Amino acid sequence: MKSKKRGSGWRTLWHPNFGAPAALLILYIANAVFTPRFATVSNTLNMLLQVSTTMLIAVGMTFVIASRGIDLTVGSTMALVSIIVALLINHGMVIAIWAALSAALLIGLINGFLISRLKLDPLITTLAALIMWRGVAQVVGDGRIVPFAHPTLEALGKGYVGLIPIQVVIAAVVVASAFFCVRSTLFGRYLVAVGGNEAAARLTGIRTERVKYSVYLISALLAGLAGLVETARLAIGDPSKIGVNAEFEAIAAVVVGGTPFSGGRANVLGTVVGALIMQVISTSFNMLLIPFTWSLVLKSLIILFAVFVQRPQEV
Amino acid sequence: MAATRFLGLAGTRLLRLLTSQGALLLLLSLALFGSFRYQTFLTPLNLMNIMRQNSMLAIVALGMTVVILSGGIDLSVGAFVALGGVIAAMLAPAGSLVAIIGGIASTALLGMVNGLLVSRALLQPFVVTLFTASAARGLALSLTEEKSIAVSSAASGLVWLGRGFIGPVPVPVLIVALLYFAAWFMLHRSLLGLHIFAVGDNEEASRLMGVNPDRVKLVAYTISGLLSGLAGVVLAGRLGAGQPVAAFGWETDAIAATVMGGTFLGGGQGSVLPTLIGVLLLGMIYNLLNLEGTITPWWQLVLRGGFLLLVVIFQQRVVKTAG
Amino acid sequence: MNQATSTVLCMTDIKKSFSGVPALWGVNFELQAGEIHALVGENGAGKSTLIKIMTGAYRRDSGFIEYGQNSVAFQNPTEAQAVGIIAVYQEIQLVGFRTVAENIFLGREPHSFGIIDRRRMNTGAAEILRRLGLHINPRSPVGSLNIAHRQMVAIARAISFGARVLILDEPTSSLTQTEVSVLFDVIRRLKSQGTSIVYVSHRLEELYAVCDRVTVLRDGRNIVTQPLTTLSRLDLVCHMLGRKPDQVSKGVTAFAGRPQNAVCRSVLLQAEALKYQHCQGSVSIEVRHGEIVGLAGLLGSGRSETARALFGAQPLDDGTVKLEGKLLELRSPHDAINAGMAFLSEDRKADGIIPELSVRENLTLAALPTLTQWGIVSRKRQDKLVNRFMQRLSIKAVSAEQKIHELSGGNQQKVLLARWLCKNTKLLLLDEPTRGIDIGAKGEIQRLIAELAEQGLGVLMISSEVEELVEGCQRVVVLRDGQSVAQLSGEQKNLQAILHAIAEGADCQQAVGG
Repeated sequence: MKSKKRGSGWRTLWHPNFGAPAALLILYIANAVFTPRFATVSNTLNMLLQVSTTMLIAVGMTFVIASRGIDLTVGSTMALVSIIVALLINHGMVIAIWAALSAALLIGLINGFLISRLKLDPLITTLAALIMWRGVAQVVGDGRIVPFAHPTLEALGKGYVGLIPIQVVIAAVVVASAFFCVRSTLFGRYLVAVGGNEAAARLTGIRTERVKYSVYLISALLAGLAGLVETARLAIGDPSKIGVNAEFEAIAAVVVGGTPFSGGRANVLGTVVGALIMQVISTSFNMLLIPFTWSLVLKSLIILFAVFVQRPQEV
Repeated sequence: MAATRFLGLAGTRLLRLLTSQGALLLLLSLALFGSFRYQTFLTPLNLMNIMRQNSMLAIVALGMTVVILSGGIDLSVGAFVALGGVIAAMLAPAGSLVAIIGGIASTALLGMVNGLLVSRALLQPFVVTLFTASAARGLALSLTEEKSIAVSSAASGLVWLGRGFIGPVPVPVLIVALLYFAAWFMLHRSLLGLHIFAVGDNEEASRLMGVNPDRVKLVAYTISGLLSGLAGVVLAGRLGAGQPVAAFGWETDAIAATVMGGTFLGGGQGSVLPTLIGVLLLGMIYNLLNLEGTITPWWQLVLRGGFLLLVVIFQQRVVKTAG
Repeated sequence: MNQATSTVLCMTDIKKSFSGVPALWGVNFELQAGEIHALVGENGAGKSTLIKIMTGAYRRDSGFIEYGQNSVAFQNPTEAQAVGIIAVYQEIQLVGFRTVAENIFLGREPHSFGIIDRRRMNTGAAEILRRLGLHINPRSPVGSLNIAHRQMVAIARAISFGARVLILDEPTSSLTQTEVSVLFDVIRRLKSQGTSIVYVSHRLEELYAVCDRVTVLRDGRNIVTQPLTTLSRLDLVCHMLGRKPDQVSKGVTAFAGRPQNAVCRSVLLQAEALKYQHCQGSVSIEVRHGEIVGLAGLLGSGRSETARALFGAQPLDDGTVKLEGKLLELRSPHDAINAGMAFLSEDRKADGIIPELSVRENLTLAALPTLTQWGIVSRKRQDKLVNRFMQRLSIKAVSAEQKIHELSGGNQQKVLLARWLCKNTKLLLLDEPTRGIDIGAKGEIQRLIAELAEQGLGVLMISSEVEELVEGCQRVVVLRDGQSVAQLSGEQKNLQAILHAIAEGADCQQAVGG
């Protein structure tokens, strides 16, 4: 690369391929030094476990943001999936999962229709849908928490493969396939083309509408998967608690990881790093006995800072 | 021929009335429906209750309307209401005046931060306000250690703001009336108002014509922050406590009320009085649901979201057919 | 000395470069009081740069501007506005939901203590509109007016600033015939009131209808300034395009010397009676296999619209398009591409490149489905294709992985051309394929187009360079105001005939297309 990016020092510091990983490394090392029992295998695995559902959603969000959209419905999708699984688990796991993921896909389909066909603003659309689907989830479960016992399903959230929690394995598989998808598949290439220059993409024969549909479907499906994992881990269907603030966590991971809101770039690995940064901060605050609420404040400020240093340059 | 022309004219008139005054017509028909179904509905007591209960939302929606008119969006209003209320409650021992001013000033300052990030740093409004919202919510929760803070008896003025009456009229309703009148005057009579409309309509053209869009946006977000804080202060007075979890999701209700009132989501077109009708419409829907009783509260969420979605779709259609 | 008193604005030896590339090489422009002065030139001539220097939107590198009796150097449009130099641009910048009066006075509303004096504003606006002879209600929203009236509002705004010099940039580009006459009335009225007008347009009739003098720019240089009464249309077009009708220049393009195969091949594209908005006439075009058909005409003659419509990128009001005898229904570019068409837009940046993606990705974007198996793009086949075309088109890039926006214009264009060549394309629609490209790359692209045609591709090429059309094309269709007015081939297809057709349209005695 012979071209030099102009801009302030901060901007170069937060270069997508450099800033976020460096920040993660510094944070981890600093914590290893200052926080007792931080740099242990069990704590690291624990952090990975806690971040895995966020990771799933954040990967979907990366796709959506790369297409110049936003999807705030992910948390509600998790809730709906959760209650459907819990209610239907007695009819068999396959049916329950099938029904739950179908519901998730339905949400994605409706989002896609409203945004790509009716050309509604993605923010307002998914904001309204966020509330609506949370309501639907509670209506379906009548507002109750539905506990269940189903060892096979619960293994999805609690089981281990060797040392590694199944959740983490799932997240890793999803991340790897998303990375591969962006890099090597037709869809991935179309995605960045549509996000990068929609008019040019259309003139190259890409059916941009379909790409946008797919993006919201993928996001909904991954949110559904995250809901499934979360439900399995807790062994309850909880339409009011599960997935609350999930959209916030996911957007944070994507932004901190360096996928710009201006679209055209899907930095899946960056999102992973972003999610890890946010998790390291939460964990270290937790271990240093700083209340969760202060960590929320600090995390918000960090994200705003990340957005600020990556802001579009005036042309 | 004259007759058909008259009919055609009446038809377009009706359509125009429907699109411009849809919220009002809906409100009236809902009131009519309610009065037939429940004797208690159309009583002065119930109506006054609806107005009182929704006066805080009305204040928030006013700020939202100003921001949307200027071409932006403010997702931080709900969290600002909570923060404003909490700060007022915490300052209450120092007296009402300090509490009220402290609560309002803190969120006005945060609103200004929103405005600066949007206008100077050129960040997208929803990104900025989404994360200032979480910061403000986190701050409200942190300051109170997630507990509700009772308003000290030293701040009788604060409580009066939320619960008092002047004659038969509750103070919050009076505040709403004053604010809406002032905002209407500001938007339609003052330079600032014209500039807010102009910037929301076509920022580039306004800039070329000598308007300073950065300053206009800064003012709009500051107004929204200030009004959210005021709503929080009134809420704290009414509840007798500052609650860090208060006003959750109010941003959606405020957006819904604004859009329902016919304010164009893209900015530049609309007014504040219809927003008030939008607020009352929402309030009446919730009130009727409560009276209905058989409908679980969960349906409220479905309706809230679904309603906003429908309104947005409807507006998109209207804009499209109008060209 | 006598002349000096009537001169309002005098620009001398104006130079301006953008990041080292000169846009103006020392241009002179002189405007007299109460004069309507046409400023014309093709793309890249430097008209808009000159206008922007006039209004302070750009700052000149060197040269003098004298306004009235003073030497001036505007820092921004506001300063120029304050002394009465105001431009009304093609994209009218108004605030649609606000009223006419508010638009006229926005930014300097009559007010006291921040409260707008609406009565003063409305009467003021009404007064100005009356001066222009317009019947527009100052209280109606601008958005409810038609485009012509919006333009009038923009002009009224300029007048309200006390404009002494009014610059109209393509004012008629989206007006109907009657609206144009309203505009002309206003312009003449302003002229009689002593306002000087700089009128930028490509429509020759209009220039001759309202303008007194014309200044022709080409490639950032003055070509001529002359009263229009002493300048024939043909001469004007020749000046604009930089050609003399009797000039014999052969071999200026890389097309020269290529065999112009007269072999009659089968018809590839048959487009009949294409119509789109604002245009009265219709366009008919036929392209055969292995033929390069030129599309000539001035800017705004419907050249680009025709190409875009053929590609399904712009809706057609009427007309039929057949490819190899098959009637096409073009709802989107996707349909056109499936039928075997390809399109290079004149606006590479907005409609061509995906700036943040690499040369490899941009080059293979259209062909991706053919490189894909089970949804996975074969990197190997992609690389092979990219290497082949980068070599064949000698695309200069650090590597195939370089981001395309870092490449020069010529190399970007080659990548975009390659995008379609690595796919099975039957018909190439090229909109100004060699504009804004250095000489070397230009020749290469021309050679390539000729080669492709020899291999049997049909090409429809839009160009403002008449040589390209004369030497490169077997046939040339001339458009004027959205209508095909002439079709020239063989001996008739020469510089003079094309210029003549562009200038005079259907009056010319050449074979009329259809």
